[in-house]
Amino acid sequence: MSDPIETLTPVLTANWGDERSWTLEAYEAQGGYRALTKALGMAPDDIISAVKDSQLRGRGGAGFPTGMKWGFIPQDNPKPKYLVVNADESEPGTCKDIPLMMASPHTLVEGVIISAYAIRANHAFIYVRGEVLHVIRRLQRAVQEAYLAGHLGKDVHGSGYDLDLVVHAGAGAYICGEETALLDSLEGRRGQPRLRPPFPAVAGLYASPTVINNVESIASVPSIVANGPEWFSSMGTERSKGFGIFSLSGHVERPGQYEAPLGITLRRLIELAGGMRNGNALKFWTPGGSSTPLLTDEHLDVPLDFEGVGGAGSMLGTRALQIFDETVCVVRATLRWLEFYKHESCGKCTPCREGTWWLVQVLARLEKGQGTEADLDQLLDQCDNILGRSFCALADGAVSPVQSSIQYFRDEYVAHLTQGGCPFDPAASTLFAPAGARA
Amino acid sequence: MTQVSTELVNLTIDGVAVSVPPGTLVIRAAEQIGVQIPRFCDHPLLAPAGACRQCLVEVALPGPDGSMRQMQGPPGRMKPQASCTLVVSEGMEVRTQLTSPDIDKAQQGVMEQLLINHPLDCPVCDKGGECPLQNQAMSNGRGESRFSAQGGVKRTYPKPINISAQVLLDRERCILCARCTRFSQEIAGDPFIALIERGALQQVGIYEREPFESYFAGNTVQICPVGALTSADYRFRSRPFDLVSSPSVAEHDACGAAIRVDHRRGKVMRRLAGHDADVNEEWITDKDRYAFAYARQADRLTHPQVRDADTGELRPASWPEAFAVAARGLAGAGGSAVLTGGRLTAEDAYAYAKFARVALGTHDIDFRARPHSAEEADFLASEVVLTSHEDGGVTYADLERASVVVLAGLEPEDEAGTLFLRLRKAVKQHGTRVVSVAPYTSRGLAKLDGRLVRTAPGAEAEALRELAHDGEVALDGGGLLLVGERLAATPGALTAAAELSRTTGARLAWVPRRAGDRGAVEAGCLPTLLPGGRPAADAAARVDLATAWGVEQLPTGPGRDGDAIVAALAAGELGGLVVGGVDPDDTADPAAFREALGRARFVVQLELRATDVTPYADVVLPVAPVTDKAGTFVTWDGRTRAFEQVFANPGSLPDLRVLAGIAEELGAPLGFRTVEEVRREMAAVGPWDGERPALAGTAPAPTAGASEPAPGAMRLATWKQLVDLGSMQDGESAYRAAGRRAVARLSATDHERILGPVADGVVARVEVTGDRGSVVLPAEVADLPDGVVWLPARSVGRGVLADVASPGSTVTVKGAGE
Repeated sequence: MSDPIETLTPVLTANWGDERSWTLEAYEAQGGYRALTKALGMAPDDIISAVKDSQLRGRGGAGFPTGMKWGFIPQDNPKPKYLVVNADESEPGTCKDIPLMMASPHTLVEGVIISAYAIRANHAFIYVRGEVLHVIRRLQRAVQEAYLAGHLGKDVHGSGYDLDLVVHAGAGAYICGEETALLDSLEGRRGQPRLRPPFPAVAGLYASPTVINNVESIASVPSIVANGPEWFSSMGTERSKGFGIFSLSGHVERPGQYEAPLGITLRRLIELAGGMRNGNALKFWTPGGSSTPLLTDEHLDVPLDFEGVGGAGSMLGTRALQIFDETVCVVRATLRWLEFYKHESCGKCTPCREGTWWLVQVLARLEKGQGTEADLDQLLDQCDNILGRSFCALADGAVSPVQSSIQYFRDEYVAHLTQGGCPFDPAASTLFAPAGARA
Repeated sequence: MTQVSTELVNLTIDGVAVSVPPGTLVIRAAEQIGVQIPRFCDHPLLAPAGACRQCLVEVALPGPDGSMRQMQGPPGRMKPQASCTLVVSEGMEVRTQLTSPDIDKAQQGVMEQLLINHPLDCPVCDKGGECPLQNQAMSNGRGESRFSAQGGVKRTYPKPINISAQVLLDRERCILCARCTRFSQEIAGDPFIALIERGALQQVGIYEREPFESYFAGNTVQICPVGALTSADYRFRSRPFDLVSSPSVAEHDACGAAIRVDHRRGKVMRRLAGHDADVNEEWITDKDRYAFAYARQADRLTHPQVRDADTGELRPASWPEAFAVAARGLAGAGGSAVLTGGRLTAEDAYAYAKFARVALGTHDIDFRARPHSAEEADFLASEVVLTSHEDGGVTYADLERASVVVLAGLEPEDEAGTLFLRLRKAVKQHGTRVVSVAPYTSRGLAKLDGRLVRTAPGAEAEALRELAHDGEVALDGGGLLLVGERLAATPGALTAAAELSRTTGARLAWVPRRAGDRGAVEAGCLPTLLPGGRPAADAAARVDLATAWGVEQLPTGPGRDGDAIVAALAAGELGGLVVGGVDPDDTADPAAFREALGRARFVVQLELRATDVTPYADVVLPVAPVTDKAGTFVTWDGRTRAFEQVFANPGSLPDLRVLAGIAEELGAPLGFRTVEEVRREMAAVGPWDGERPALAGTAPAPTAGASEPAPGAMRLATWKQLVDLGSMQDGESAYRAAGRRAVARLSATDHERILGPVADGVVARVEVTGDRGSVVLPAEVADLPDGVVWLPARSVGRGVLADVASPGSTVTVKGAGE
């Protein structure tokens, strides 16, 4: 087997180790903003074509082709067009955009300028999760530097193109990562998802045509412009092209961001991460954050691309690989996630608002060993009454851990009931647990 | 109607083919074939929300190859669609709970979720028995609660909280459908309530410094699909299944809103908006809803009284005695006149009009218990009477079709709330522009996105004439001109309005404040007009009417209007007065009116409750409130809105029966004793088909600015706020408390001049003094012209007319501390 390190494709993460990598100086020293100069020499439609040809799919979770999304913007619409970057990274386990903006904010800023130029927007916004103040400061400074260097503002690089970029801090609501709730929040309203149609491409921010993309999608654009769509699409798998940041967290020796072509396997990533903590066995993992159904050690060799993970009954999501070893109680983990979703449900629609309220109560009882096996079937029935019934996808994400944990670990739920409580030692699963600790 | 006919969209619902116009929502299409999909957040007059998810249906659409494709998500799993947000499309196949077991389960699932945090306190809830949640939980839910069976813990709150003085919120009952917040934002334009917090703790909230003070707040209580919103006046008063509902018409303004009167054991418990797509749709003002307790106040007159010759006190009398005493007194008074307020039904107004002509032999009759003018009477005769929505007159629906609506002397939010809501709909949904000839941008005008033609009182005529040449207003045949009764106070203004209508082609409508005003015009309660719009000065018209009435002739001389009647009584030229429904403090000069009453030799009062007229009356005759009689109100758009009696109360006689009794004693019977008989006679008499008098026209008074006012002198602008001290709003404290507070409004310059600069948190007060007295009110800055002060006409004391000065006159304003 080749050295696993050779399977990595650092592009977005390539400069993260540089001295003061977040500064304009450091970014330009390694070739930054050259893609912008090249892009400004291209026709906007050609940039859209390049992104289409690269087959870049949205990195925010849903995997919608980015170039196609840009193509939906009606260019004959007299209203202004807007580019909005979704940097409201709040999903449990997901941690790719925030490190990217922390280590190399200019990669994103350059991507924003090129993308806005392509869709002919003169205003762009980066909506950042409000809790990450340190990242907001880095971004704000990067935007300031870009203005001072003439990358932003009037007449960018003497091209006649004007662009203003605003960094906007959210106020701490997971729902604002949902693109229409994000738009409401950006407009100064309470963040709740909007009715569609109209879709944001037609009537988004301020009822104007709007493209909303994930940080990583936009940050990938400069490299596509610089190296060409063929370079990008030479990586990855048949329908999931390019590279992506895989965020490993939990019970591995070296948690962190691993940038690799789509289609890499978890087995390979765990190797890269130095193996499981203390040599423990893998019990379950999320492929793309807590809203993607759990997978287990059966799925170590599933290619981590949109189709592969989908085929395994889950979703690639945000490539947030939360790794749980055998010390973890799946009921407890599921309850924690559900508490998150209950807390973050915006309240607009019934299944999410009331359904999560109820699920938490049932799970809490099960964790304490109260109830009967019939409650498991009822739990699945509750999930059935939530999944696909809610206004947006938040509730669909909320039921994922419940359904998948019962699917793979029904016996463990039953064990709670037969033993009258949780059979695990919660301390054993902590990161500070001594080696060899056992549940 | 100029609606473009469009192709219909064909679809099937539960296998039944249905064709509906494009853009129809699936939930509405299902109603067409009698399939009721359960729903909560859906409301036909509100924008779709898709929030409650109760109306889920299964949908399949034809694919490019013609085969049906079920809407799915996640792939492989049918994804139920909210039928309240889904627009029909050609070939769509919809399955509801009736034919799709999966949908039935989905709906039951949502219903179960809705009930998780609902207290299920139906036995003590006002909504119990008429509750969409209760009803639909029965029809589309489970009988047992799995949540409760497991000992689930519900979200609870302290109950209830006031979101205004009138509206209370039980948060734990709320299912967060957002109907109330959407109504307030979309329809009323008063977004003082909003959803706050999130998840199951989401709730309806108010901003602490802006309570839910909306003239239309009661509608939110009515459309609440659960018992979360209740009104202070009805909470815990009765159960819906104990109530009898009678349809009626609101008696508070000239809009003719359909209402439903819910009563129990002879007592009105509450009033609700009725449905009338042509008039009020499904909304009414809080005045129409809550102001009904006036009819059961302690001062309600219950029996006839006559003034005892020996003691000088009123003493109870029998009806026959009272009729006889009244007839004798009027006969010996030496010329009598009739004053009716603007609150009569058309039938009662007709009886007064006939009583004056036949029994008293005079044209001295006027319904205008407010500042009025001869010009106005001419205007009503030439431009208003006999116009109706049926023959080209302006209608509610015309508001939505109009390019521009000019308001003059009319503040619709205060004076015609139903009209205001329709006008706001026209603005928001159809792009109608509103222009208002008014002293300042009122909140109502701001909510209409209206443009102010800033006009000091007295300058309306000039402002209207200039509008003809205003390219921005661009008034033409597609426009409407709505004039209010206040325009009568400015000489030449109504003439200018009629001219503006003629020169631009914009259609004209007169929007009075009171429910009986327009009916009184039609029935002939004016010195210049006989019933059916017959000009009193036209001999042919008099002959026509005399023939119909079977009398030899009608009086020939000119009649006196209200002001002239008051003057003639004071001067002794008239001796007798029949007065019904007039509050002296509403008249142009309350002191003069009282003096005239004192001078009158004989006063007969027909009234619901004791008033300031009663001490002067020689005979007091109680009359029926609207609940006790059938009647008709004629709306501002000439619509006849008949209603039947709610209570059969034999001791409660309509005015027309009382007048008939007096007339019979006078030896001049009116020929009717019942509403039914009057209605038949009115139909038989019919409208005048002869020539209508042309508007003579009145020149405007010399411009007010010509003579420099004294230092500190300002011009008085005023109108009545919707919620004020009017006697028909008595008896409902929560309703009054939710009204707007009384303030005096000044321009920023005048505020600075009189009170110094506006400071945050400091409410300066002003004393406004006119020739009749002074009031002290908190001052507020508005975009008034300099030198004009605005006061609410009837919100403090006895009102502006009695306590301060006549509208448009000169007053002085000075600071009165904080």
